[in-house]
Amino acid sequence: MKPTNIGAPDYFHKVVDCQWACPAHTPVPEYIRLVAAGRYSDAYMINWESNVFPGILGRVCDRPCEPACRRGRVDKEPVAICRLKRVAADLKDDIRPLLPVAKQTNGRRIACIGAGPASLTVARDLAVMGYEITVFDGGHSAGGMMRSQIPKFRLPDQVIDEECDYIIGLGVKTRFNHWVTSLKATLAEGWDAVFVGTGAPRGRDADLPGRQEAAAQIHVGIDWLSKVAFGHVTSISKRVIVLGGGNTAMDCCRSARRLGGDDVKVVVRSGYDEMKASPWEKEDAVHEGIPILNFLVPKSFVHEQGKLTGVMFEKVHAEYDAKGRRSLLPTGEADVLMECDEVLVAIGQENTFPWIERDIGLDFDKWGMPVLDAKTLQSTLPKVFFGGDAALGPKNIITAVAQGHDAAISIDLFCKGKNLQERLPPLVNLVSQKMGIHEWSYDNQVSEEERKKVPTKALASALKDIKIELELGFDPHLACAEAERCLNCDIETVFTAKTCIECDACVDICPTECISFVDNGEEDDLRGRLKAPATNRDQEIYVADGLKTGRIMAKDENICLHCGMCAERCPTGAWDMQKFLLKLAHAGAEVRRT
Amino acid sequence: MTYLSKPKLFRPDTPKNALGYTRRDYEGAISTLCAGCGHDSISAAIVQACFDLDIEPHRVAKLSGIGCSSKTPDYFLGNSHGFNSVHGRMPSVLTGAALANRDLIYLGVSGDGDSASIGIGQFAHAMRRGVNMTYIVENNGVYGLTKGQFSATTDKGSKSKRGVVNNDSPIDLVALALQLGASYVARSFSGDKEQLIPLIKGALHHRGPAFIDVISPCVTFNNHPGSTKSYDYVREHNEAVNRLDVILPRDPIGASYAPGSLRRIVQHDGSVLHLRKLGEDYDPSDRIGAMNHLQERHALGEIVTGLLYVDGSAEDMHRHLNTVEKPLNQLRDAYLCPGSKALDALNASLR
Ligand SMILES: Cc1cc2nc3c(=O)[nH]c(=O)nc-3n(C[C@H](O)[C@H](O)[C@H](O)COP(=O)(O)OP(=O)(O)OC[C@H]3O[C@@H](n4cnc5c(N)ncnc54)[C@H](O)[C@@H]3O)c2cc1C
Ligand SMILES: Cc1ncc(C[n+]2csc(CCOP(=O)(O)OP(=O)(O)O)c2C)c(N)n1
Ligand code: SF4
Ligand code: SF4
Ligand code: SF4
Ligand SMILES: [Mg+2]
Repeated sequence: MKPTNIGAPDYFHKVVDCQWACPAHTPVPEYIRLVAAGRYSDAYMINWESNVFPGILGRVCDRPCEPACRRGRVDKEPVAICRLKRVAADLKDDIRPLLPVAKQTNGRRIACIGAGPASLTVARDLAVMGYEITVFDGGHSAGGMMRSQIPKFRLPDQVIDEECDYIIGLGVKTRFNHWVTSLKATLAEGWDAVFVGTGAPRGRDADLPGRQEAAAQIHVGIDWLSKVAFGHVTSISKRVIVLGGGNTAMDCCRSARRLGGDDVKVVVRSGYDEMKASPWEKEDAVHEGIPILNFLVPKSFVHEQGKLTGVMFEKVHAEYDAKGRRSLLPTGEADVLMECDEVLVAIGQENTFPWIERDIGLDFDKWGMPVLDAKTLQSTLPKVFFGGDAALGPKNIITAVAQGHDAAISIDLFCKGKNLQERLPPLVNLVSQKMGIHEWSYDNQVSEEERKKVPTKALASALKDIKIELELGFDPHLACAEAERCLNCDIETVFTAKTCIECDACVDICPTECISFVDNGEEDDLRGRLKAPATNRDQEIYVADGLKTGRIMAKDENICLHCGMCAERCPTGAWDMQKFLLKLAHAGAEVRRT
Repeated sequence: MTYLSKPKLFRPDTPKNALGYTRRDYEGAISTLCAGCGHDSISAAIVQACFDLDIEPHRVAKLSGIGCSSKTPDYFLGNSHGFNSVHGRMPSVLTGAALANRDLIYLGVSGDGDSASIGIGQFAHAMRRGVNMTYIVENNGVYGLTKGQFSATTDKGSKSKRGVVNNDSPIDLVALALQLGASYVARSFSGDKEQLIPLIKGALHHRGPAFIDVISPCVTFNNHPGSTKSYDYVREHNEAVNRLDVILPRDPIGASYAPGSLRRIVQHDGSVLHLRKLGEDYDPSDRIGAMNHLQERHALGEIVTGLLYVDGSAEDMHRHLNTVEKPLNQLRDAYLCPGSKALDALNASLR
């Protein structure tokens, strides 16, 4: 193998598994250490810079970082990255003095359509730079689906208010209760650029026999949830069936459970493991006494003169073809009738852009999605940019934020007449953490504690009021214990072959047997010859040559604990522990003079 | 100096041996030796050998004298029996233990000071008595623990860290062991585990005194230019005579070798030593040839390593003394005191 170029920003970035997996590339271990140190405001600000909504995301983020977390590969469960973010938000001081102040106006006017996380991110990034931002939304306040969809028992309004206000407080103008009905007309208003962050607002319906007749008791999940969110619906019948296996279905069933549904069931076409909902969402639903029934396909809504009495299901089982594609085939058993009084249909979401004229030069693809440059998020109408669910279909908040940052960079470059493709690389820094013999600036002793559970309200009282937040959040002690579980994957092992005397001390001490000194070879062969075979191909092998014996140093990054033991044992300092900090270049970043 | 101990987090594919133990189960307390000390590598090699051989930790007794090297039994086989004796006295304490209980596997760990200086007499007698043991000398050419004075194995002309030249003639423990009757004699290097681990395995499966001289650089006091026991010097002058694979009766028949390239030696317990030839012909069953080879090569400045001599059918002290099979602590009263009739018969036989 060729020697590793550790100077390439991606190399060590990939080693920080959580940061690599986070769409906004939040420097996770950096804030986790600050949480452990009780520096909650600083931890909050690191998050705020990267992901804009730490208090919100610390409660409801889809957390792609956690399945990626290194700790999950050597321990039963990953670090509770998401809930530690909430700790920073809950326990911080007043951070308003730490927020940036918007520069004097640069005279450029940008319209953001929709006030969801994507638009708000664009607004924040650009407002700070002096752009005049106006955010339009049909609703009466900011937040988008974070406010209109996510139930209050997961995300209380005051958290949304606080974090949206930080952005609006930068001088962002808002035009709420203003439904934009024509992009053409908007463009005619002379904006320098328009950002479309209107989400994926249409819930898919179940077009089955009986749907029309029993319409009064059948609701499209996301419409129903928004009525619940705004207090237009405050109760539901006792027996409820929720159709669908995604997170929306989980929010529907848990909301129904709190609004009077005693007998709430979720019925899903697929098997339990293949359901789209996150594992923790499913667990929460089950914990609230909601059965999840699998491999049942709805056939018809059963009613008596328009009054719903139940849903008829066909039993299916999964079969996989040679390519591993799944099809659900009837088992041949008799259909199952499940009685109920109301049904919530949560089987997917769609994009719709009825307000965008098709003759203004903005192209749509055959699925009705805008044609965009994947990197710049620019549409075929140069002035118009997309982000969030409106750009690539329904995803999640953190993706909307990440795309908001990207779109803001594009809009800034566009307004300055620069090439949108020429974007700055991230800012990276690599600094030794050595403080003395066996002393490092980070706590390198690896905690052996198990993942801490977030304390919750007693279920009986939590189910009584849909506005009561279920989770209480970690207290400082639990937060510190959980933060200590983080392996500090950003404190990198950096090897200098020149000083190595090949004494094997690092090889012998490494608790997870990552380091080998071997003859070089092709990657496949080399991976099999290491002290412990390196079977996880997603993780790199760090290779260094230039050793006296002509061998190479090969380190499997896969399950390195970042404990620093190799560096402590090395008599010559050939191993050093260096902190890798990567921050994405956001809009307005300038090339650093070095 | 204190070090953190290894966290109890494992790689998901951590291998287990036939007893269900991981390699970590054969480790001991965290080492307090200098970072980079060769001795730690030898400990790691012992751990690996015992893991590979599926040795039950409670069947091993590890004994040592005084020195950095003699401290190491604390750092491996944390669940085995141990005795840290007086400077240079490991061999006699071990001999006593072996006489009392022949069921254990005896591992003596010593240093060049411990065995070639103060303990040379003890070393000599353990070898000539044929004590059934594995005797490892972690040879760094200095008294590491007392800050780097020349030891009895320091080569003539080798320089101390401060530039003082050693004028005394060195003792070659391998040559002595050969002469005194050791039946398994090897030399290796702490920086070459591929060679060292099989040598330790073969020794643990050998009946009789198995001696391994392991050159083990003292990073702190003897790893400078001018030293003949530094990492660089040993690597440059190392001349291995063979490569060993230890094949246990339970192992599947493995790779095939070109005719004439392999020597098979069967030991008393059925374990087979596969010696792969390196370079010219070397006969590890020829004690005198081994001594000659050693002297010749030494004169050329080479450090000869590998399995230098082995007698697979050697006998040991228990056989020589015709001792009782059972460990003494398992002999019941009736056996130890067979009654007056037996005494009368004995007396009668002596009249
Ligand atoms: C039930 C449910 C639960 C969810 N739970 C989570 C979760 O736990 N975690 C997570 O990360 N994600 C979750 N999501 C997904 C998440 O809410 C969205 O991915 C995210 O809000 C998308 O952000 P956005 O900025 O693209 O648009 P949105 O948040 O959808 O905001 C779009 C805004 O634009 C407004 N708008 C649309 N068209 C117009 C127009 N023509 N004129 C004016 N205003 C307009 C809408 O009123 C809306 O306020 C959930 C989604 C649903 C449906
Ligand atoms: C009877 C006695 N004499 C002297 C000493 C001092 N002493 C301690 S260790 C040592 C030398 C150890 O050298 P070696 O066996 O080579 O071990 P190393 O530290 O080099 O591994 C000496 C002389 C002692 N502890 N006891
Ligand atoms: S252990 Fe810490 S730094 Fe490593 S992936 Fe998990 S959260 Fe990130
Ligand atoms: S401990 Fe240091 S000197 Fe020894 S092999 Fe490892 S990197 Fe090289
Ligand atoms: S003094 Fe020498 S022998 Fe002793 S621990 Fe340090 S390096 Fe090893
Ligand atoms: Mg010594």
